[in-house]
Amino acid sequence: MNTESLILRGRIAAKLGDNIDTDIIYPGRYLNVTDREKTPEHLFELTYPEIRGLIHAGDFILAGKNFGCGSSREQAAAALKFSNVGAVIAVSFARIFFRNSINLGLPAIVSEKAVERLEAGDELLIDLTAGTIQKVGDEALIAAAPLDPRATELLAGGGLIPYLKKKYAAV
Amino acid sequence: MTLAEKILARASGRTSVSPDEIVVASVDLALSHENADLVRKSFAEIGVPKVWDADRIVIILDHRVPAESEKTAATHKAIRGFVREQDIDNFYDVGRGGICHQVLAENGHVLPGMVVVGTDSHTTTHGAFGAFAAGIGATEMAGVWTEGQLWFKVPHTIRIEVEGELDEWISAKDLILYIIGKLGSAGADYRAVEFDGPVIRNMSIAGRMVLANLSMEMGAKVAFTPVDDKLLHYLAHRISNDLPMNPRYAPDPDAHYERVLTINASTELKEPQIACPHAVDNVRPLSEVAGLAVNQAVLGSCTNGRLEDFEVAARIVDGHSVHPRTRLIVIPASQEIYLEAMRLGYIQTLVMAGAMVNPPGCGPCVGVHQGILASGEVCISSTNRNFIGRMGSKDSRVYLASPAVVAASAIAGSITHPANIGVQEVA
Repeated sequence: MNTESLILRGRIAAKLGDNIDTDIIYPGRYLNVTDREKTPEHLFELTYPEIRGLIHAGDFILAGKNFGCGSSREQAAAALKFSNVGAVIAVSFARIFFRNSINLGLPAIVSEKAVERLEAGDELLIDLTAGTIQKVGDEALIAAAPLDPRATELLAGGGLIPYLKKKYAAV
Repeated sequence: MTLAEKILARASGRTSVSPDEIVVASVDLALSHENADLVRKSFAEIGVPKVWDADRIVIILDHRVPAESEKTAATHKAIRGFVREQDIDNFYDVGRGGICHQVLAENGHVLPGMVVVGTDSHTTTHGAFGAFAAGIGATEMAGVWTEGQLWFKVPHTIRIEVEGELDEWISAKDLILYIIGKLGSAGADYRAVEFDGPVIRNMSIAGRMVLANLSMEMGAKVAFTPVDDKLLHYLAHRISNDLPMNPRYAPDPDAHYERVLTINASTELKEPQIACPHAVDNVRPLSEVAGLAVNQAVLGSCTNGRLEDFEVAARIVDGHSVHPRTRLIVIPASQEIYLEAMRLGYIQTLVMAGAMVNPPGCGPCVGVHQGILASGEVCISSTNRNFIGRMGSKDSRVYLASPAVVAASAIAGSITHPANIGVQEVA
């Protein structure tokens, strides 16, 4: 297991509210884009187009409750992942988005405290295995919900495709 | 055990399961639409040559039919090639099916007790057939195509008992919007929902599909309505072989529920319900938004494009004309419904009133084509989402309502109670 990928460092590129739905993250009109690498062109296009310019590799998105509610469109998670977002931290996630995110190797971290205490621009150190978030310069550790071992395994391996590829390579 | 627990226990080869346990369940049916192209690409990356079981995969084109662009045409073409190569016989092409959830039901693909996964969030619809039916993403589906199984966290179950009866002009849509308004858009997140009670038992299969379909909009993983004689009768006409599983799937009398909610439809639901912009849980009684001018009215979608929806709409618009400043777009959910609605004269009545008929498919619901809204426009729609920009401009507004309210509002040119339109008595 590649444990390096379970330690993340980056800056909060944007802090969003509750119920950020999949149409906000990735509008339905672009669902015919099936190359994952091209999905970032439409990330937050209708509502928060400015966020695209704020994301540097490894940065985080912070959000409220029920992030990713709505459609099962994988492009929503892909657009974040391929914009080089390091992780999404939210009070809670809608279930299909959460699964898509982990399957694509994008950490989806549940932490109400982080959302209460942190703001856009903060630089963070996240340990996915320990379930801790630390603002760089602060000593205090903010707790995140522990990841299911299955999710940890998928994230460490880069997502579901590499996992299955390896599993079936020998068959 | 609850229904969700029972089905997951069976599918994972266990005698019992409990909430929060993780189980690996075998999948009985895997549904995809245009995003089969995404699944196909992930599947190719995994590198397994053949899908696990071609007979358990169903692919139905519905989101962009007929192809609205060269790009979509290429997607459709790639999917056609893939189903041939993989011997997937259950493929419903343009003109052969309609909206995936309706087509799956009409063709008897879903039976009580099945585990169904679909790369569409409204896969919850199939809980109306007693199936554990959940939406998943494309990459996860590629895993299902590879292995025929998927891990699930056993959900907690919320039971919703609906007592009393539905008044005239109050439909399954109003009931579920009311419930979503009460519970909120994450009120059933990760949960299974079981609907029961006299109102549900009396409800048509089409109505039950509306409840299961829209349960997704309160976050439900799966939602069920009862497996009863009415359902078995519906299925008997649609399946060619005997029911392969216990057709009497029901929760145990001592099943444990996280929460039991009782709703008295007679006293609580006095008015049609409207989900206002830009959230499905922003639900208000019709009187609070009555009179708001609408530019467009849409009847259709996997939520409300069925025969009974066309029946009520035709009854309301009969003898009237769509308001001069409003356009009415109607979309039968499937070819079968289209034919039946023609045979019964509903389509003619709607067209004579000034409605435009779109081909069976998702139409403008997902914001691609066939009725996109301009900035500042207002739409009353029988569809399932009213998110910002869902049906077009980010500055347009979508109000979700029952088919009856959509039809009445199209005639009045503003959000209107169907009782306010002079409806001819049914002989």
